[in-house]
Amino acid sequence: MGGLRTTRPKTLRALVYSARFRGIVYQVLVVAGVLALGWYLVQNTLANLAARGIATGFGFMGQEAGFDIGEGVIAYSSADTYLRALVVGVFNTLKVAVLGIALASVVGLVVGISRLSRNWLIARLATLYVEGVRNVPLLLQLFVWYGLVTSLPVPRQAIDVGLGVFLSNRGLKMPVPEWHSSYGSVVAMLVIAVIGMVFLRRWAINRLYRTGRPFPWILSGLAGVIGLPLVAFALFGAPLVWSVPELRGFNFQGGVDLSPEFAALLAGLTVYTASFIAEIVRSGILAVPHGQTEAALSLGLSRAKTLRLVVLPQALRVIVPPLTSQYLNLLKNSSLAVAIGYPDLVSVANTAINQTGQAVEGVAVTMGVFLVISLALSLLMNWYNTKVALVSR
Amino acid sequence: MIRPQDDIHNATAAADVEEPSSAVLAAPSAVVWKPLNWAKSNLFDSVPNAIMTLLAVLLLWEVVPPLLSWGVFNATWFSADGTAAACRDGTGACWALMGEKNRLMLFGVYPYDQHWRPALATALVIAMLATSALRRFWVPALAYAWLGVVLVVAWLMWGGILGLRYVETPQWGGLPLTLGLALLGIVLAFPLSIVLALGRRSNLPAIRAVCTGYIELVRGVPLVSVLFMASVMFPLFLPEGVTIDKLLRALVGMTLFTAAYLAEAVRGGLQAIPRGQEEAADALGLPYWRKMRLIVLPQALRLVIPPIVNQFISCFKDTSLVTIVGLYDLLAATKASLADPDWRPFFVEGYIAAALVYWVFCFSMSRYSQWLERELATGTRR
Repeated sequence: MGGLRTTRPKTLRALVYSARFRGIVYQVLVVAGVLALGWYLVQNTLANLAARGIATGFGFMGQEAGFDIGEGVIAYSSADTYLRALVVGVFNTLKVAVLGIALASVVGLVVGISRLSRNWLIARLATLYVEGVRNVPLLLQLFVWYGLVTSLPVPRQAIDVGLGVFLSNRGLKMPVPEWHSSYGSVVAMLVIAVIGMVFLRRWAINRLYRTGRPFPWILSGLAGVIGLPLVAFALFGAPLVWSVPELRGFNFQGGVDLSPEFAALLAGLTVYTASFIAEIVRSGILAVPHGQTEAALSLGLSRAKTLRLVVLPQALRVIVPPLTSQYLNLLKNSSLAVAIGYPDLVSVANTAINQTGQAVEGVAVTMGVFLVISLALSLLMNWYNTKVALVSR
Repeated sequence: MIRPQDDIHNATAAADVEEPSSAVLAAPSAVVWKPLNWAKSNLFDSVPNAIMTLLAVLLLWEVVPPLLSWGVFNATWFSADGTAAACRDGTGACWALMGEKNRLMLFGVYPYDQHWRPALATALVIAMLATSALRRFWVPALAYAWLGVVLVVAWLMWGGILGLRYVETPQWGGLPLTLGLALLGIVLAFPLSIVLALGRRSNLPAIRAVCTGYIELVRGVPLVSVLFMASVMFPLFLPEGVTIDKLLRALVGMTLFTAAYLAEAVRGGLQAIPRGQEEAADALGLPYWRKMRLIVLPQALRLVIPPIVNQFISCFKDTSLVTIVGLYDLLAATKASLADPDWRPFFVEGYIAAALVYWVFCFSMSRYSQWLERELATGTRR
């Protein structure tokens, strides 16, 4: 087939030996084979399901689920449908994945930079962390985290961390401000300030390129982002009421809590993925020629500025593609929740499968949702990648 | 953000770049005590660095002594009566757990009096792995040796002939299962991954679509889902009356999953081969498969060996997920041995031991992979 384009064959013999004809035959054979295999599997599955008296199709999604889910972002009771149960699972997966990605990125960046620190002790500690964590299966780490969280004292003897934060075997409890009608405008001010910061940055960079005069857009932008909502907050008379966790009976009331399952899963995913991200960050920084650092230092930039303005922007080009696959790994690894009882999508789907017996549909839904989230995440990261990629002039 | 200035200054700075770097290497003073000198230049060379060093020392001071007193000085190493009573009286770690439960952790529910068989099988496989790691032994005889070892290991594990009792697969467990799943998973996935990688690079659109679709589909879903599918859906896929072993189902799931990832590694190797090689093969008139077998794959696969070792490491760690579909691998066996209420409070010790086993395997393999990468590069370095 090697890319040979011949003229139309004249004889049968020439036809049989032509790369084009053979290519078509091979493709037809492969497609036919795949279709035949698929048909065979579907036939067997249908026969097996009929023999076991299991229903097919997605009709079960509208039925009452009848099982409880420990926690969720949206309201749910056991009288709700399977569909709603699965949606609760999707939101739980997204919750742990988004928080995990954010935390793992921060920890990974810090550890990755620390591994290259000129400080011998810091570099060794970072190496110890990376090599210690990434060579042990995540599931084992999750069991340890979960074991540690659940072997904390009961709520009555909860560890008082201070500031109203309590650690017990029911998870982490912390105070949270109670919602007030004025908070809507505070949030609105925050959004306005963030949008303003984006424009400020654009203007500052533009001015710098035009006139060479820098403008401290980060500091002034941050001041706006923190200040504007605070001003709005003060104008409304600072209506702040904290909902503080209080021990009533055998458990805490009030405040916000992280369940032991969620805390263990988040800790495990963060610590594990951060060790991989640290290696990616390290290799990305190492990929920037040392001459760049030397040049920046000789220009009189501080070490921190050298890292922020010269090294990291160039390192990002190397970092972003493998970072994307680590984010995807974290998302997929969040399905290990099923082993410690956090009600993520896989765990809810498994319960649904056990109750209805409709394994094919349940697994299909799980895989479909994961594919969609993975795809969305990679599209987002690819868009970011094109932004940081080298602009060739 | 200050790129325009950068460009201007870079040009002039390049000439003076030598100066500051040589200034850093201050002449060592002969009188200063050497470790002090080292500490000064590596730990306290600037104020922020000194603060970080002090913080790190503080952290170590907080963590290391309690850890040592828990894990070493106050630990209970042996249990005289075979119960956890001695551990409950102590304040430190309970390593006596290992003395009591090591057999269950390492071999799962394999018949107790037959434990020498999986032990011998594991030792044989590890010895063969160590031998195969050295390039000196990369000769055709090695393949025959592996064939022999595989037969012996199968005989040891299953038994049933030549005087060994038959042990069915649901009783297999522990380290042999972990090693076996990881090794077989990668070995069986390898040919499939080559086909998938070649298919993804094929210029026949239908074949490319099938292979790309498979790879992306599998890489987009978690292994848990794949294993779950393998354990609950494979029985449905097969004709009525045909059942396959739980272990085999998990192995098929692992293989299909690993193949997709391995295919991407192989594709990376294929992409690294200069286009001229293929064109030269075409010019010689070699048909597709001979071109691949004689020209492209031998060069590509050599490049792919280190990524394959890395894939094997993640495969080795991923085998722990078969716990979820009810197989007794090393992790599940550890968990099972901690189910004993007497020993349950000492779960951390049990998991540390299991983690150590995983760690030794994965760390040595990752070091091997790094060494191999350098070693293989020597042939092409100029």
